[in-house]
Amino acid sequence: MAETTHTEFTPDTAPDGEVTDLGDLDEKARLGAPAGAVDSSSAIDGFTEEGESLSSGDTGSEQLGLKKHSHGNAPVIPEASRGERRRSFDIADFPTLTGLEEDWRFTPLKRLRGLHTEALSASAPAVEVTGAGNVTVETVGRDDVRLGASATPEDRVSAAAWNAFGDATVITVPQETVADGEVMVSVRGTHAEASAQHILIDAKAFSKAVVVLDHQGSATLAQNVEIVVGDGAELTVVSVQEWDDDAVHVSSQQAKVGRDARYKHVVVSLGGDLVRLTPSSILTAPGAEVEMYGLYFADAGQHLEQRLLVDHAVPNCKSRVTYKGALQGADAHTVWVGDVLIRKAAEGTDTYETNRNLILTDGARSDSVPNLEIETGLIEGAGHASATGRFDDEHLFYLMARGIPEKAARRLVVRGFLTEVIQQIKVPALEERLSESVERELAAGNL
Amino acid sequence: MSTLEIKDLHVSIDTEQGNVPILKGVTLTINTGETHAIMGPNGSGKSTLASTIAGHPRYTVDSGSITLDGEDVLSMSVDERARAGLFLAMQYPVEVPGVTMTNFLRTAKTALDGEAPSLRHWTKDVKTAMAQLRIDADFAQRNVNEGFSGGEKKRVEILQLELFRPKFAILDETDSGLDVDALKVVSEGVNREHSKGEMGTLLITHYTRILRYIKPDFVHVFVAGRIAEQGGPELADQLEAEGYDRFTAQTPVEA
Repeated sequence: MAETTHTEFTPDTAPDGEVTDLGDLDEKARLGAPAGAVDSSSAIDGFTEEGESLSSGDTGSEQLGLKKHSHGNAPVIPEASRGERRRSFDIADFPTLTGLEEDWRFTPLKRLRGLHTEALSASAPAVEVTGAGNVTVETVGRDDVRLGASATPEDRVSAAAWNAFGDATVITVPQETVADGEVMVSVRGTHAEASAQHILIDAKAFSKAVVVLDHQGSATLAQNVEIVVGDGAELTVVSVQEWDDDAVHVSSQQAKVGRDARYKHVVVSLGGDLVRLTPSSILTAPGAEVEMYGLYFADAGQHLEQRLLVDHAVPNCKSRVTYKGALQGADAHTVWVGDVLIRKAAEGTDTYETNRNLILTDGARSDSVPNLEIETGLIEGAGHASATGRFDDEHLFYLMARGIPEKAARRLVVRGFLTEVIQQIKVPALEERLSESVERELAAGNL
Repeated sequence: MSTLEIKDLHVSIDTEQGNVPILKGVTLTINTGETHAIMGPNGSGKSTLASTIAGHPRYTVDSGSITLDGEDVLSMSVDERARAGLFLAMQYPVEVPGVTMTNFLRTAKTALDGEAPSLRHWTKDVKTAMAQLRIDADFAQRNVNEGFSGGEKKRVEILQLELFRPKFAILDETDSGLDVDALKVVSEGVNREHSKGEMGTLLITHYTRILRYIKPDFVHVFVAGRIAEQGGPELADQLEAEGYDRFTAQTPVEA
């Protein structure tokens, strides 16, 4: 498997090839870098006027705080720090999307079916919550004070959803309560008109629960899932996207994680025309641990995107991110962007993020961008890895030369690759259903 | 007792410069219990012969035949050849993403035997074979060949040879890139399997070094896609002393 580490830098070169004044980038670029390594009048270490010049093994500079990204010559000037990204409930605070924005540059806006431009006034997909009997489920109005108390939109579609949703679903796991079963939140779409939805999952202190958001049907949905993990609580949220082929789903899933809490978030994206998830974990008190897993399997024409944020704002927290994707078919496109921010105060942080992609056929495209931003050197560890490989004729020959028939060989590879993530769900019935879904994907791809 | 019979085999590959013939009439018969060494300079077609027997899609058989106990090997798919009893220890084993050694070995064994191996015996067999080849136990949980060194990859090839128990083993430059210790370990593995008397071995090598550990019954010198000379073990000694110059000087080398 060919391994490539995808490392991006913004050369910010002017059209004439001169390096422009990097402005406030300097401050960031300087962090953790050898003194004097960067100044506003010279190129950043590792840059050339051609742009990226680092070997695949040389990711050091990026880890030292260079995190500005752009593609090609697009005049994208992202925020100086991921922590400074605009947050607002007011849609007017987010300019109309052009596609050049740092956080939208991979998303085909034309295929959003109006989520970024329209009123989102259609009826939202039906929500039905089943499972645990000792968990409180409410449908509340927009004016409920709990809504929006723990998460603030970070992009235009999220802000639009906040301003447009009708009723919200609030799921509360009471304090010191262990949910007596998995909380299954069925989200069923029945039409393609643009709509908005808000779900609040509130795991009170020392509670324990698994909540599964199960998205199916047809929808054009802008969604905010607001998640609170109380002190000492243990919460798993699984977001399954098995939409119909035409569905468009943009979902912000922000979690605020309390002291000594354990939070696990699992994304499984299989169905839908365009799915864009922005899961984030904001660590608000020491001792918290976060695991974020993802599995995506894109077929011809599908766009599956995930942009993560782990915000280490306080000391002694731990985070692990593992996302794995498979792609098959013409114009199958996956995007993974993993932002990890270790703020000045977050001493003792231990974090690692990994993204692996397996390209099964020609014509597919996988973008993988790990970003690590570190503002303190007093940490346990921080790292990232990204690898995108192909399953090609030589792999196939090797397995077949050991007696394994062609189809079995292909499935062996994909199954082995994706199973790691499915096993993290720990809900046997759902694991089985998703394994079968992956098998169906394989069969559909004629693998 | 089985026989692998290669008759007047002509093989070519398609390149950007057009079709290039590589094997130009190879005839060779190997019986169970025999070890045949194929030696020759770089580019003589040794590895092409190995890959063609295994059915690598890059090579086109233009004429000739390969049969295993009379069955037409050339009409079989790659996996059918393996199930018929042919094993190729590859020169450059590939890394297979997402598949652990444990899973791979069991899946292959099941495919080769037509039934899953008894779990208790299988686990023991794998552990024993790994220990004999001095492969760390933690390799079992790693992905096939992923991050293995060159020597580790070769040992894992011989591990498979011992576990899959083929009728005929084709070792494609298994010795290249091995240090002396690794060469001994690998040779012992081949000899262990060969000594059971149920396998024929086709040993392809550039160097005579491995022939100190694995004793051939027959030696064939490959030059420019043909067998230029054959004989007993003494031919290998002669090659060690004289090199391939005698053959390459006689035969025009094609680019």
